[in-house]
Amino acid sequence: MASFLEEAEELFKEYKEYIPTHKEVCDILDKEFLSKEDLIKLLNVSNKEDILLMVKKAQKLTRENFGKVILLYAPLYIANYCQNGCVYCGFSCKKEYRREKLSFEGIENELRKMKEEGIDSVIILTGEDRINSSVEYIEKACEIAVNIMSEVSIEVYPLYEEEYRRLSNVGVIGITLYQETYQKEDYEKLHPFGPKKDFEFRLNAPERALKSGFHEACIGPLLGLSHPKKDVLCAILHAEYLLEKFPKTEISISFPRFRSAGTDFMPLYTVSDKEFIKFLIIARLYLPRVGIVLSTRENSSLRDALIDVCVTKISAGSKTTVGGYAEEKDEDSEAQFEVEDRRSVSEVVDVIIKKGLRPEFTNWVKGVKNI
Amino acid sequence: MFEIGGKLLKSRLFVGTGKLPDYSLIEKMYYEAGVEVFAVAVRRIGPNTKHTRNVLEYIPNDAIIMVNTSGAQDHKEAVKIAMIGRELTNSNWVKVEIEKDTKYLFPDSIETLKACEILVKEGFKVFPYIYPDLNLAKELEQIGVEAVMPLGSPIGTNKGIGCEVLLKPIINEIKIPVIIDAGIGRPSHAAKAMEMGADAVLINTAIATSSDPLKMAVAFAKAVEAGRVAFEVGILKEYEYAQASSPLEDFISG
Repeated sequence: MASFLEEAEELFKEYKEYIPTHKEVCDILDKEFLSKEDLIKLLNVSNKEDILLMVKKAQKLTRENFGKVILLYAPLYIANYCQNGCVYCGFSCKKEYRREKLSFEGIENELRKMKEEGIDSVIILTGEDRINSSVEYIEKACEIAVNIMSEVSIEVYPLYEEEYRRLSNVGVIGITLYQETYQKEDYEKLHPFGPKKDFEFRLNAPERALKSGFHEACIGPLLGLSHPKKDVLCAILHAEYLLEKFPKTEISISFPRFRSAGTDFMPLYTVSDKEFIKFLIIARLYLPRVGIVLSTRENSSLRDALIDVCVTKISAGSKTTVGGYAEEKDEDSEAQFEVEDRRSVSEVVDVIIKKGLRPEFTNWVKGVKNI
Repeated sequence: MFEIGGKLLKSRLFVGTGKLPDYSLIEKMYYEAGVEVFAVAVRRIGPNTKHTRNVLEYIPNDAIIMVNTSGAQDHKEAVKIAMIGRELTNSNWVKVEIEKDTKYLFPDSIETLKACEILVKEGFKVFPYIYPDLNLAKELEQIGVEAVMPLGSPIGTNKGIGCEVLLKPIINEIKIPVIIDAGIGRPSHAAKAMEMGADAVLINTAIATSSDPLKMAVAFAKAVEAGRVAFEVGILKEYEYAQASSPLEDFISG
């Protein structure tokens, strides 16, 4: 098991019942850098007044480190074939579902449509199927995307280091890969068959990507699949581990909450708005320079409130169906998960500007990777 | 007026644009705070989109663009970013910023030195962002950079001139201009940098993230000017004991 997971397990056990006093919370917030003990103590806070104090400091740290800038991106689902039997996922191979994969022309059409809406940073997504969505297919899709967008990332099944290097060589900047849950036993139950069953191969994938030349990695759990507080603790320590190992790269963290995806799966845990906000804020307090990403899984009013406090990057105008940008599709029945915030890119941009922030559409210099 | 990078400038306040809430502030700062040099990260020079205009469209023609290589992980990337930046902006002023890590954003001295060597040969006016390290500053001076930009405190911290004892030797020994960059959080910090003899300061976070960036830029401009005048007049020495005359003075003088 990765050392940060063991560390998280020990911290969690030791401080399971520990609720810090108000004075203790204030003392922790007065520190420049929090210890791991401080981190787990803050995760146990439930008092509204203390959480509000944490919000205040998180906001200050965000502005100091990231200024008044919010980055915007959108996902592009290019294929939904999948060999995995994840019990909670809308793309699961057990699900009766129209499988499709975009042609290269289709990918280009989608990207051009996204570009028309103003998007300049795209994440290319596939299900996990090495035959229908081969590395060669993903590579070609990325090549097309690099020619259209300023910034291209991937959210595909875990790859080997040399495969990541191929994608890095065509100009892919970043990887997003959610561990789903960091609790191995639960992970194995939730992924009963398929290549995704391999917990460690997935856990170590962001590291392989960064080793092979990627500039950034976004990681996190899917909240609700297992014990949320434990998963958040593990994800924060995972981000810290990656930062220490690859200090020149940019690490982001995201805590998507489980949303219904047309399966019968009912999560054992639900995460309230209050807990969710607390988790994001604690990530900021413990890792002041880590990016915090918020997807359209969350509703518009919560997203608008959070961009004022700790979030640095949000998706906008997202379609989670294959080919959903160029043609109208039923987002409710064909998507991997339900989109809560369905506002257009323009509407999201307006909100950002009204809040006195500046929308940005790229974070890297195009072409600099190919040297 | 002072000369830097082959230009004569009135203002010793340089401003970074990366964290600004709105690029239209750039023009206002030029006219109302007299700022003449704007640092622009090449990673922020995006094309015009449906929602945003290219930052370069907001910079007045007579202002100087200092392209910034932030985001570069090594000297090769910094050189390439500088080249792209020169193409995009038509400015050959480049702030070489290569960070060692994204946690503290400390500059990578070895890679910075390598990038500066190449960029000077390529005809750039080179402004490296560095640790307050006299030896490194001397090497960079030898290479032919236009100025050195040592940090006052870690970037974005607003902690002021935390590295005073390391900055003074650089100001004393280096013949090229010294621009204090990073960590300056208040106009009084900027005034102090100027009183110490710095040639200019570069501010980003303290202006961009204030509740009124334009007014804050004006405040910084005034502080920089005040600090510089004080330096030129000569800052008085601090005395341990008061200089008041003593009733014993007549007896002691005989």
